[in-house]
Amino acid sequence: MNVFASFIAALLKYNTPLLYGTVGEIVTEKSGSLNLGVEGTMAIGAIGGLLIGCKADSLLIGILASFFIAALCGLFFAFMTVTLQANQNVTGLTITTFGLGLYFFIGNGFKSAGKWPDMLQCEGFLESTKPINIPLLSKIPFFGEAFFSQSIFVYLGIIIAVVMWWYLKYTKPGLRIRSVGENPAAADAVGINVTLYKYIHIGIGSGVMGIGGLLMAVNLSGSFEGSKCWIDGYGWISIALVIFAKWNTLLAILGTFVFGIFNTLQVFGPTLAEKFPGVLGWLNKIPPQFMKALPFVITAVVLVITSISNKKNDQPAAIGRNYYREER
Amino acid sequence: MDNNIYAIELENITKTFGSVVANKNINLNVKQGEILALLGENGSGKTTLMNMISGIYKPDSGSVKVNGVPVSINSPEDSKKYGIGMVHQHFKLVDVFSAADNIWMGTEGTGLLLKKDRYERISEISNKFGFDFNPRKIVANMSVSEKQTLEILRVLYYGAKIIILDEPTAVLTVQEIRKLFDVLRRMKAEGHSIIIITHKLNEVMEISDRVTILRKGEYIDTVNTSETNEQKLTDLMVGHKVNLNIARVETTFDRPLLEIRDLSINNDEGSKAIDSVNFYIRGGEILGVAGIAGCGQKELCEAIAGLRKVEGGQIIHKGDNIVGLPPKAIIEKGIAMSFIPEDRLGMGLAPSLSITDNMMLKNYNKGKSILVDRDSARVKAQEIIDKLGVVTPSTETPVRRLSGGNVQKVLVGREIDAGPNVIITAYPVRGLDINSSYAIYDILNDQKKMGVGILFVGEDLDVMLALCDKIMVLCHGKLMGVVHAHKTSKEELGLMMTGAKDISLINGKVAGIAKDSRIEETKEAEVE
Repeated sequence: MNVFASFIAALLKYNTPLLYGTVGEIVTEKSGSLNLGVEGTMAIGAIGGLLIGCKADSLLIGILASFFIAALCGLFFAFMTVTLQANQNVTGLTITTFGLGLYFFIGNGFKSAGKWPDMLQCEGFLESTKPINIPLLSKIPFFGEAFFSQSIFVYLGIIIAVVMWWYLKYTKPGLRIRSVGENPAAADAVGINVTLYKYIHIGIGSGVMGIGGLLMAVNLSGSFEGSKCWIDGYGWISIALVIFAKWNTLLAILGTFVFGIFNTLQVFGPTLAEKFPGVLGWLNKIPPQFMKALPFVITAVVLVITSISNKKNDQPAAIGRNYYREER
Repeated sequence: MDNNIYAIELENITKTFGSVVANKNINLNVKQGEILALLGENGSGKTTLMNMISGIYKPDSGSVKVNGVPVSINSPEDSKKYGIGMVHQHFKLVDVFSAADNIWMGTEGTGLLLKKDRYERISEISNKFGFDFNPRKIVANMSVSEKQTLEILRVLYYGAKIIILDEPTAVLTVQEIRKLFDVLRRMKAEGHSIIIITHKLNEVMEISDRVTILRKGEYIDTVNTSETNEQKLTDLMVGHKVNLNIARVETTFDRPLLEIRDLSINNDEGSKAIDSVNFYIRGGEILGVAGIAGCGQKELCEAIAGLRKVEGGQIIHKGDNIVGLPPKAIIEKGIAMSFIPEDRLGMGLAPSLSITDNMMLKNYNKGKSILVDRDSARVKAQEIIDKLGVVTPSTETPVRRLSGGNVQKVLVGREIDAGPNVIITAYPVRGLDINSSYAIYDILNDQKKMGVGILFVGEDLDVMLALCDKIMVLCHGKLMGVVHAHKTSKEELGLMMTGAKDISLINGKVAGIAKDSRIEETKEAEVE
């Protein structure tokens, strides 16, 4: 595999978690809910999915577990904000704090008991995380291997993004959830069950985030460090990418991987600098600390640019506000 | 159908919010093919009652019958099922959707996918009901009247037989109201039952078959429209005799106090809100501003008060140009503004603060102490409460807990208290009932007698014709002309508001420039 192809391969592999986080948050926000608990939801989905997946020695069960465990976080968010009318920002932050706490609690508990599973020993699980070659397409010279020899996570992420785009734009439930996010009173007035629609979509959105969390764990070979979380800020970046993607899950694919270029340079900088000392030699001169901070700096820059250029407001109008039918 | 069975029948409906009784033992019924007007002052519980039929609120007690069958309506879904549709006062539409999607989102059994043929299917229905309607138009680009048409079409599309309209005429021009009434009459002829809420008695007399009157949440009476008149209805509604005439106080006019020349202002989106407008206000004069919603009234008021950037032209106050002065300097010159926005609390008052604190908002920096002077503000608040008859438990009650009329009295009272020489007031009686409205008109007339110049941005043309000396009409930010209130008619104003009649230029003379202007004087003085 040449350098370019392996760059693309790494780009897809290491940034797909952002795609899951972003698509999950878009589905949530389309229902008019701003869930700031992405980081915590991904962490819980990741550790739950990994532990159950390794125990069952099946990636499929791992993915399903991460989806449903994370969806539970979403349903908790829905219960708090839709049923109990709690503040969305505070509830989201609670989920992040709680999720990270639970992550370390469970991880350290298993580790100190000596029961932390070694993902690399779970053969059935590990086997399924390996790249799948798509027949014919992966044989295309140069690009084939980069794009069409990826793990199940990458394909699934892109499929979810495309399906969600179609669902939101071309189906009646999609139209209805958009109406709930834009003007819940209007949706209610025509007989749409606002509460039910919110619960379902907040739940699905969080579940999708959870799968992204599991991918982060898999990318790090499932090794648990007592002090640092696998998610490492990706949940927060996802929330910013929602704005960059203009609440469109197709644009989220583009946004995630354009953004991911900077992210991947962090890892690939030295290799690229070695291969092309003339053109990219400067990559080696950038301090690694700066490269590490780059994704977050870019996030801030992207937010500034999109906020300035986004004159047509794509944000669901009722976002962040709870709906109470009898409000006077 | 049996004539004795009502399309909808409410019996002994009671609804309380906390300790407030909004509806108490209300009875109401509508026959098939009948238009019932629901009449009552603000806070008499009309909208609450209708919200219970449409499933927004649940009644505490009482029964609802549809076509003689007892039903229980727990949600808008139920209400839709029983063939009840409501056109809300504040439209319940999704702004970013097309007209068709706003209807489609509530349809049942039309498949999982959004197909292109939904536009044609909605076109068909709208043609059937005689509407001229583009189903692809985005709601955000619609006029108020188009939005209302969409709401009516939507309830018809859902198959509603009982249709409730909550103050449908409040935002329409005279011509649009006529069109709406034609639609209502056609619906009635087709056997629909209609309940219409309105404050305007002439409309009640024109459109309804019967009138049900509520007062302070209680059922008063139901009368046949043909056996009553406006005075009788008012007396029933208010509970005592009310004089319905608004007096136009005759005063001697001074020279122009405030003169506006070639004024241009942009709106928030950066397009022209006010386009080269000329007008002037004399001391002791009330100048009305008429125009359909969004024709630049808000921007004009804000610009005069110094809250919005002026793109071109002059605002001359007693000969001084005040363009570019900060709001505080403009207040000190004696220009007071009270703008009542649609949500009533949006501008001018801080809802969570007490009346006393709201009094201090404009003069907190008077006096030498670094501490605020709450005592004198409290005295002032008490004065306003006594003078204007504000109903409130105390001067320390948060403003948002007062009813709409009392909030508006507090705002107008504070503005007048500063002793202004120009008052800019927009929609001061917006949503107010007859009693409170008349209290506000009296305040304005008192100020007029004292030689204050008043710019009155209003909604109700009948009121403007009676109260104002002159009326200027705006259409899409352009001045359509200035007319004397006693020489014009509602029809003429309506035509000017929609831009069908433009008398801003007569015999080469531009409307809105005073003969005895102070501007030429100052210019000559500069030349010398």
